[in-house]
This record gives sequence, C-alpha cells and structure tokens, in this order.
Amino acid sequence: MRRKDWILLGGLLILGLLPLVGEAYTLRLGTMACMYAVMAVSWNVIGGMAGYPSFATAAFFGLGAYTGGVLLAAGSPLTVAIVAAGALAFAGAMLLGAVLMRLRGHYFAIASLAVAEVLRELTNSATDLTGGGMGLNIPLSLSGGAGMMDTATFYFLAMWGLLFIAVIVVGFIERSRLGFGLACIRQNESAADMIGVNSTLYKSLAFAFSGVFVAMAGTLYAGWVHYIEPPDVYDILFAVKPIVMVLLGGLGSTAGAIIGAFTFLGIEEVVWRNYLQVHTGVLGFLVVVLLLFLPHGIVSIGRRVRSLRAGHG
Amino acid sequence: MAELMRLDAVSRRFGGLQALDRVTLDIGRGEILGLIGPNGAGKTTLVNVVTGVHRATGGRIHFEGRDITSFKPYQAARAGIARTFQVVQPFPELTVHENVTAAAMFSSGKGGLREARAFAAEQLEFVGLSATADQPAATLTLAMRKRLELAKALAMRPRLLFLDEVNAGLNSAEVEQAMGLINQIAGTGVTIVLIEHLMKVVLSVCSRIVVLHNGALIADGPPSSIVSDPHVVEAYLGKKYAQMAAQAAGNP
Repeated sequence: MRRKDWILLGGLLILGLLPLVGEAYTLRLGTMACMYAVMAVSWNVIGGMAGYPSFATAAFFGLGAYTGGVLLAAGSPLTVAIVAAGALAFAGAMLLGAVLMRLRGHYFAIASLAVAEVLRELTNSATDLTGGGMGLNIPLSLSGGAGMMDTATFYFLAMWGLLFIAVIVVGFIERSRLGFGLACIRQNESAADMIGVNSTLYKSLAFAFSGVFVAMAGTLYAGWVHYIEPPDVYDILFAVKPIVMVLLGGLGSTAGAIIGAFTFLGIEEVVWRNYLQVHTGVLGFLVVVLLLFLPHGIVSIGRRVRSLRAGHG
Repeated sequence: MAELMRLDAVSRRFGGLQALDRVTLDIGRGEILGLIGPNGAGKTTLVNVVTGVHRATGGRIHFEGRDITSFKPYQAARAGIARTFQVVQPFPELTVHENVTAAAMFSSGKGGLREARAFAAEQLEFVGLSATADQPAATLTLAMRKRLELAKALAMRPRLLFLDEVNAGLNSAEVEQAMGLINQIAGTGVTIVLIEHLMKVVLSVCSRIVVLHNGALIADGPPSSIVSDPHVVEAYLGKKYAQMAAQAAGNP
C-alpha cells in the first residue's frame, strides 16, 4: 500500500470517532456525508474506472431503500435487510449490465437514467408491497427504547462502517485484474477486446459494484428516516450528485470521491442555510466555478501547487 | 503443410454492401501469407470477421480444428489469434510496459501479474522499445506505436498473427526494420497473415499471396504467379492497362 492509502484509511478511522464529540446535528450531517461518500466512491467504479457515465445511482439507492424497507417493515433484522438489498442490486445490475453495457457514451447515460424511472413506476404500482405513492412506514422497533442520540450514533456508525467496507472493496478492485481490465476498457475498448478482455463481463461487474453499496446505503437510509416514498428515494438528484462529487474531488480516485462528497455536502449545507430562496442556483454556480478552475478535482491541488513552485523556483 | 485456419465460403454483408463474398481460404501452419487487394477490397473486414469484431453473415471459420465462427474478440484472442490494427490502438494513459503487460495477462484466461510483466519486458526487448518502457504510450512516435502494436500482439503468444498494414506511414528505413522483425517472428513458428500495400514487401517476405477484390478472392498462389495473373493486374490497374500489359508481353 502506498502512503496516501494509509492517509485515506487513517482519516476514515478518525471520522469514526465523531460520536465522541458530536451532537445530534453533527451526527446527522456525518451520516449524510458517509452516505454521499458511499455513492461517490461507488460511482467511481463505473464512471472513473470503466469510463461509463452511469446515471443509475438513484435506481440502486431506491431499489435498496425499498428492498430493505419492505423487509424491515416485515420484521426482518437490519443485517438481513442490508445483505438482501445488496445481493438484489448486484444480481440485477449483472443482468441489466449485459444489455445496458452494450451502449456507449450518451446512449448509455440516457439508458441508465431510465432505470430509476422504471423502478419508480414499478414501486408506485406495486401498492400492496410498497404502499405505492402513499409511501412506506418503517417501524421504530429497530432502535427499541433507546434515545434519540443512541439512534443517531447507531446510524452514523452503520453508514460509516459501510463506507469503510466500500473503500476497502473498491481499493481491491483497483489493484485487481478487474481494475486493470477496466482501465484498458476506458482507454480503448476495441483494443481491450482484442487482447482478450471479456469487456461485457467486466463492465457488468463494474456496474454491479457501482450499485451494491449504494443499495445497502439505501436500506440504512430507509431504517434511519423511518418513512420513504418513491419520489424521495428515486430522486434524480441522487444520480447527479455523486457525479458532481467525483468530478469535484478528482475523477478515478477514491480519496477524491470522499473529499468531493464531503466538500459537496459542506457547500450544500452552507448555501442551503444562507440562501434558502436561490440555494440550488448558487450551488450550481459554485460547482461550475470549481470545475472550471479545478478540472482535475480537489486532489490535484497538491500537484498544482508543486508544479507552480517548481515553475517559479 | 498442416492446416491452421480454414475459411469456408465466409461472407459478410453490411446492408447493401457485400464486403466479403464467399471467401474460401486455407492458412497453413508456419506460412507467411500475403493478403493484398485494392482499397475497400475487404481485407480489414476479413480480419475483423476472423477475430470476432464482426460476425460472418455466412460460411464457417475453423481454427486448429475448432469452429470459431461465432467467437467474440476476447475468445479469439484467448484461442491464439492476435492482430495489429491498421490505425494503432494503444492504451494512451498506460505506460508502454503496462500496455504489453495487459496483452500478456488478459490473453491467457488467468495468470499472475508478475509473469505477465516479465513476459511483456521480453517482447519490448524484442521489438526494441525497452528504453521507452516507462513512458505513457501516448508519447510515442508513429513508428514506435507500430512496434508497440507488434509487442502487444506477440505478448498474447499467438499461433496466428494478422498484421494489418504495419508499414503504412513508415519511411523506408523503418520498413526495413519492421520486415526484419516479421521475419524473426515467422522464424519462431508463428503463422503470419500480412496485409500490405507495398508490393515490394509482400513479394520479398511472403511464401504465398491471396488477392481480394470487391470482397471476393480472385487469386491464390506463389508470388511469381500472382504478379503475372491478368485478373490481379486488372483489379489493381484497370482493364485498359491489363490489355496493354498483355499486348506488351505478346510483342516484346
């Protein structure tokens, strides 16, 4: 492992100490930060490594939220619900990937965007199972008689743990045969085919890995907020935000994805509190400015400073 | 000569265009076969069909006795068929060494990174790119990229190698070098199909030449008989010149 990987893991471990110092608001923000980071780190597998601009994050999140939510409402333990949501998302992505991943560029982006819409309609119409447009209540039983702080701490640690696992798994993928193959596919897909990369399989795996942890985060989200409805969890913003976060932090880098997610959430909170009327406009403006002046993301700042110094020194 | 690949009435149609028209061809083990023909004759399409980029719309292809007609590109690669691209296709961000390592690694179903790296280094040595091994492939000159293509193809341990215009865009000194490499590769027992425009090159290295014209095979034989074949001359130079050539041959 390289030095920056240790820094990344160390930083993550320190983040896990948040419940020792945090109040309810900080913990809520921390949970959101970890959830966003799970999405961004996951998106990096399909978008950063394979070079396929997926808009399917919202679909995975909603699928996970509803799979987990329905199971939780039926009384299954949280771990079972999480594993089931992850497994369903992985299997679904593998099947769907075999079809979707034949498309390239814009066509793939549009098709992946449609997945969330289809799932939302399905969720809406399966009223008996999901409550349809009425939404789904998830009982509080999970946290038992525990107080508000205990619940907040529990969900923060759960989301943080999920982020930790996602980072480890994605790190392994990066160093594996799969990661090497994805890098080849991103740079020149026909050449990758020609040297023996099974690109359909690899792209489907990348798609599945970009979904599995997001679906698990969806289940945690459902348990955390106790009430979900289709427009909430299949929100198109869940598809767009991870992409912005990754671009903000630095495409293709796990550390970049996490930094991007935290920065994005920070900006979002500050802007939302101070410019309630126009907050989406201001947020969009800030994102555009950041991307214009830092096209390789926040992780490239160090490199830029060094090259500037070298240039003037 | 033992047969390595057999094409049996292989056709490929793109909409209204018959790009390959019932091509029947045997490729013998160990030969250097020249595949020539005017632009648009279907030479690259033939390579694409054999390597699974396009599926044949008719006919069958056998390689080492196996039916590979419906193979995908990665399956053809793992079966032992390699090719270079007419327009070079490196992985631009990977280093030269990583490019070749990828070829060594993915062309065998499994295998470790370490052996792949070592084997890749040998291929770079062979084509003379060791000095640039750690540079990103995007920084290479065209002649070097052509050699990188060759190294990638060799790293796949092919038994059949299609070289699609490896000499296009090279100067005569570079062509000489490339021909030297091709002869050396052939010496190791790899069967080579050479797609080439430079007749001088084809005539000097190939033991047998086949000619494609409008997707159909119009001639097949040793170099000496190909150059005097009126059909070939006609396909390349036009009917009028073929008649003039025939007349000139008639009254010296």
